[in-house]
Amino acid sequence: MPNQEAAFSWRKGILTVIMFAISILFLLPFIWMLVTSFKIEKDVFVYPIEWIPKQWNAITNYKEVWVGEYPFWKYYLNSIKVAVITTIISALVSALAAYGFSKINFKGSGYVFMIVLATYMVPHQAILIPQFILYRQIGLFDSHLGLILLGSFSVLGTFMLRQFFMGVHQEFIESAKIDGANHFKIFMNIALPLVKPAVATYAILRFIWTWNDYQNPLIFLRTDKLFTIPLAMQKFTSLSGEFYSLIMAAAVSAILPLLLIFIIGQKSVIEGIALGGVKG
Amino acid sequence: METPSQAAVSAGLKKRTKSSSLASGENLAGWLFVSPMLIGVFVLVLLPILATIVLSFADWNFVQGWDGIDWVGFGNFEKLLHDDQFIRSVRNNFLFLFAVPIYMFISMVLAVIIDRHVYMKAYFKVAYFMPYISSIVAVAIVWQVLFQPSYGPINQLLKSLGIDNPPMWIADPKFALISIMMIVVWTSIGFNMIIYIAGLQSIPKDLYEAADIDGAGGWTKFTRITFPLLSPTSFFLLVTGVISTFKVFDIIAVMTQGGPIGSTSLMVWYLYDTAFVNLKVGYASSIAAVLFLFVLAITVGQWAAQKRWVNY
Repeated sequence: MPNQEAAFSWRKGILTVIMFAISILFLLPFIWMLVTSFKIEKDVFVYPIEWIPKQWNAITNYKEVWVGEYPFWKYYLNSIKVAVITTIISALVSALAAYGFSKINFKGSGYVFMIVLATYMVPHQAILIPQFILYRQIGLFDSHLGLILLGSFSVLGTFMLRQFFMGVHQEFIESAKIDGANHFKIFMNIALPLVKPAVATYAILRFIWTWNDYQNPLIFLRTDKLFTIPLAMQKFTSLSGEFYSLIMAAAVSAILPLLLIFIIGQKSVIEGIALGGVKG
Repeated sequence: METPSQAAVSAGLKKRTKSSSLASGENLAGWLFVSPMLIGVFVLVLLPILATIVLSFADWNFVQGWDGIDWVGFGNFEKLLHDDQFIRSVRNNFLFLFAVPIYMFISMVLAVIIDRHVYMKAYFKVAYFMPYISSIVAVAIVWQVLFQPSYGPINQLLKSLGIDNPPMWIADPKFALISIMMIVVWTSIGFNMIIYIAGLQSIPKDLYEAADIDGAGGWTKFTRITFPLLSPTSFFLLVTGVISTFKVFDIIAVMTQGGPIGSTSLMVWYLYDTAFVNLKVGYASSIAAVLFLFVLAITVGQWAAQKRWVNY
């Protein structure tokens, strides 16, 4: 297909319209969630569905979710704390290891890397029980620190960042060494700045995964005031019973920060996922 | 495309050849750089793997304390063979595999269309990706309401279309697993599509130009160029997809808790239920060991199969 960029193609235009319609259908659950969160409760299941609420109740609903009986803001703070600290530690640990495995030629690195990567295929559920026992023994159970540590040693992060460090030319490193720099200086001043976009991509992904993580908080947290958003979301749902407009307002609130981060960083997230073939 | 475990092997082979020019300073620096990661992986992954295997030979309940451990050899595994709930969970796990080719097919079609045949590519990528990045708990709760049997929007729509007895979805043992699979298809399309688009972009453009010169139609180009050259991508997605079905947990925990009557219990759910609800640690560890073996078998199997199926 030569010069397809040059002129408007009707075929392409029509396909775009069809695909747009399909994408709306695909996104309907989200649209329904958003619209419902603005409604008064008795309009929630009115059929045919009112896609534009007849009676708006948005402010009351969201106020109830955020500062009501089970106030979301508390759990938001927990989630932000856990996700931010996990992301920072995990990015740092992964970047250090990735540099070590790609740019330092040390004895046994090949085997060690092989072992680390092999642990990637272990399903997390298969090691939950010993982790649980260990956490009970050393006092990390039911604490944010414990939760943070569980997300801090990412084989995937190491693998992904290693791919990028391998793209840093060896000459940069050799010439810095001749100038007397040690590996730590080279890492901080040369290598890390060169792979900054990759670290940012990984950080966004790690933040999203930590924010959404349900299984670890479910097993490793007990105290309500430590709950992160997914647990709080579930508890709010069981407390709210039949108040679906409130539940949907809570669901929107749980997804919103991710959506913002994703829309801001979408290019690097999509490219990062495509490059690393990464899966949470 | 390489999966991490494949890369592990090639890295192991590569590093061995160039080790003569090592200074001891390099050794120390290397170990220092990787040590935080190593310690974490050792304490939180490697030790627990060993512990899981050891515990799978024990009959032990959390509340009994260390003294309550009773070593039973392969007793747990023998019990698993006669445990209906476990067998049903394994069967459900295998049924769940059918979701993988379905979302791969949809993703491939979408990727081909979006990569070449539409405007506003960026919008489409974001739109189809949304379920993947959304909180699975929030998504599961929304679907729970959508699937509500009597007044939920989906059944209201079906009734208005003249279907008098629409399925009860997650409340019906016959439909519950399929309902969950539908949601997993919906959330997985975005990830698979993005990987397929990346795969498409690595196909050389001149192949299509040559096909145009030879007068090949769109279908011929798809079956002779696109589909075969996407096979490494498809293979990668198949393997990660199959493994990920063995890890499906959140959506089951939020929506059905394995029910109704065990119809959506997957191995991982049964493991959780046995360990953290019924507190039977030894027995749950034997489930974990079986789960681990399944994933290991798939990973080893992929290496064997890859050479035969994939065109590079």
